Amino acid sequence: MTIASRTFWIAGSIMVTALLVWGWQLIADYGGIPPVFLPGPDRAFRALLSGFDGGELTRLTRATVERMIYGWILASLAGIVVGALIGSSRLAREYIAPMLEIVRPVPVSAFMPVVMAFLGLTGTMVLVVIAIGSIWPVLLATVHGVSSVEPRLMEVSQSLRLGRLRTLWKIALPNAQPDILAGMRIGLTVALILAVVGEMLTSENGLGWYVLQSARAYRSADLFAGVIVLGLIGLISNLALQAVERHVLRWKRR
Amino acid sequence: MKLLKALVLPVALLIVWEIAMRVSGVQSDSLAAPSQIAVAFYAAMLDGTIPRRTAETLRAALTGLAIGGGSALVASIVLGLVPPVARLMQFSIEVLRPVPAVALIPVAILSLGFGYGMEISLVAFATFWPVLIYGHAAIANIEPQLLDVSRVLRLSTFGRVTKVVLPATLPRYFVAFRLATAVSLIVAVTVEIAANPLGIGYELMTASQSLHPDLMFALVLWIGLVGWGLNGALLLAQRRLFGPAAMAEIAR
Repeated sequence: MTIASRTFWIAGSIMVTALLVWGWQLIADYGGIPPVFLPGPDRAFRALLSGFDGGELTRLTRATVERMIYGWILASLAGIVVGALIGSSRLAREYIAPMLEIVRPVPVSAFMPVVMAFLGLTGTMVLVVIAIGSIWPVLLATVHGVSSVEPRLMEVSQSLRLGRLRTLWKIALPNAQPDILAGMRIGLTVALILAVVGEMLTSENGLGWYVLQSARAYRSADLFAGVIVLGLIGLISNLALQAVERHVLRWKRR
Repeated sequence: MKLLKALVLPVALLIVWEIAMRVSGVQSDSLAAPSQIAVAFYAAMLDGTIPRRTAETLRAALTGLAIGGGSALVASIVLGLVPPVARLMQFSIEVLRPVPAVALIPVAILSLGFGYGMEISLVAFATFWPVLIYGHAAIANIEPQLLDVSRVLRLSTFGRVTKVVLPATLPRYFVAFRLATAVSLIVAVTVEIAANPLGIGYELMTASQSLHPDLMFALVLWIGLVGWGLNGALLLAQRRLFGPAAMAEIAR
């Protein structure tokens, strides 16, 4: 595809999105749905702007994003370290890895009531749940990446007499890099979901609490503004990690 | 032998856990010994709580999956066979897809109230995207010669879809639906925990808040078992039905 035609299609697809938003406006204005339930995009965007103007949305967005990032970083570090240890030892793979497979299918939100029983409805609880939830994709990806090294590379490390740690550092972890990054991307999505659910349950400050509160008070414009911000957080964090992935993994492209 | 090794650690942990609980003699509001958990599980199975709640969760999850996955199936065929539509919808899809389904919980409560309706629509929203994306990719990967053949045979659009496109992409759609099934269970349980007074998730929340750790842990285990069983059954079906055809790598 030439650049001109690609620009044409991108412009076209943005136009379609604009049309959809316009359709939303028409439904809100003439669809007969009370504005208490469905705000038009005009009211939602006004609520969005005034929310950021007044500083409330800014503060809540920061709270949610910080929670998500902290939990995710904690989970990623722990996941990579534990995953590398398990993946690089045959013994650990045989004895520990199967147990991970047993725990994996439990939907992570099911851990929330468990952690709640220990820590109560607190911000710490939300952070712990985020960390527990987003560790899985990273951990399992690291185990897989570290243990699936090309056998010849392992022979190289043997003939160079690299120790276990140096083999891990120089060969196994770089080999696992694509898996780890993909796992971290999924982990970040999980972190956002758990942050929102956790805030809804605990009334901790944040966008999850804000959207639920707005719905309870029938402030539909604020509700949609909150949902839009949450969607943007999901979109931007995903795009950012994809960019990081492309940058870090540029050696893989031939 | 492999199985034996896999069992060593969980069994050892359970024994240590049980002994620790008995020796220390703690009466905890948040912990229960494995034996107590087993008793609570048995009791909740027997009095019908777990089967009833499981049926509620599965009903919401699978109905949502049928609606979300079904419409995604149709939409992905349209996107796959009419490239201009795919290009025109691209921006809208990229903008809508990252919206976390849980963020829509309040929207669903506001417009539909509590109950099956809101849970089903949230599951439908969440399962729509993976089926759409995988399905679209599957159709883009159809052997072009197959489509040429359908053109030479002058099949109608309907014939082309049912005789060429669907058979060629069935294994990949199956994989997409298997992944979406896991998503549907996760979303259903999450919605129940966060808000909706239905299903296993709600029962779990109640057990946690009414300080019944034995039942709480039993339910967490049960949710894991249900997810594991569903996925296992679908994996088995996938291997039986399609063999290696379904194992083709799907880019995430």
